[in-house]
Amino acid sequence: MPEKRIDIRGLVCPYTFVKAKLAIESMEIGQVLEILLDNEEASRSIPISMTEHGQKVLNVVKINDADWVLSIRKEKE
Amino acid sequence: MEFTEQQLQRYSRHIILPEVGGRGQAKIIDAKVVIVGAGGLGCPVGYYLTAAGVGTIGLIDNDVVEISNLQRQIAHSVNTIGMLKVESAEKTFKALNPDVNIIAHKVRISKDNILDIIKDYDIVVDGSDNFPTRYLVNDACVMAKKPLVSGAILKFEGQVTTVIPGEGHCYRCLFEEPPPAGLVPSCQEAGVLGVLTGVVGSLQATEVLKLILGKGDPLKNSLLVYDALKTTFRKVKVPKNPNCAICGEHPSITELIDYNEGYCSLP
Repeated sequence: MPEKRIDIRGLVCPYTFVKAKLAIESMEIGQVLEILLDNEEASRSIPISMTEHGQKVLNVVKINDADWVLSIRKEKE
Repeated sequence: MEFTEQQLQRYSRHIILPEVGGRGQAKIIDAKVVIVGAGGLGCPVGYYLTAAGVGTIGLIDNDVVEISNLQRQIAHSVNTIGMLKVESAEKTFKALNPDVNIIAHKVRISKDNILDIIKDYDIVVDGSDNFPTRYLVNDACVMAKKPLVSGAILKFEGQVTTVIPGEGHCYRCLFEEPPPAGLVPSCQEAGVLGVLTGVVGSLQATEVLKLILGKGDPLKNSLLVYDALKTTFRKVKVPKNPNCAICGEHPSITELIDYNEGYCSLP
């Protein structure tokens, strides 16, 4: 179970990543963030950016025609 | 801290930087920086710190805007000629970012008021144009233990250094005393390529943001020299002088000095 969930449907880059990053910052190391989004570019760029920032991407799942769910585990402050 | 939607948008390019993030931007918003001089260097330093969202920016200057300033002092305009520089700059900075609290100190800085002004700020920026002020600001920052980002320009050359009292060198470790009045020409006498103020002021603003964020290596124990004609940057090591008259082990200067006599100052 994720410790935190955010719904950033309707947002575009870079605000998708801004919201995801602020959510990760507010969490403890080891906790999991679940992100619901509908921007295809963000479904690819957020995992890349999160990995670059030292976080662990656990899952990227397309749940329907429009939406994705990403699971990110916080590894680094 | 919780950002408003507007703040998220305004500072998004900062927040996505790993070295800044939401926490770093919050530090920037909480920071208090005072700039000595609202002229060639003070304008770009204040402009970029305002854009970055530094929460409180003090400006110290008692000159008024003249048309000869406009070749380099980018916060002023033909519409503010005759206005106090601190008020002209405040107007410009507020238009860029109304969230920033600009405090206009409409005074000539002196040994009698400097400590009282800088005590309320975290970081001091020297954008002054004359040696008496440069040494006064250095000595006051060492005494008050305030980090100082000092910049200077003349003709086609600029210098930047960062003084962190108790940790690194100070301006007097570099040059013990001001040169005799008249020996080093002022910009008024020697000229300055206007855009140089933008290069040096931007470097100073960068140093300030790094100090606020606690990231990277500030110009501690070093002096950066920019030569615009050759397009070169040289970083020169400046060791802390253990016998420095102000920051050394046994300081001989125990009170502030106004070296004013004989110097001409350039707005």
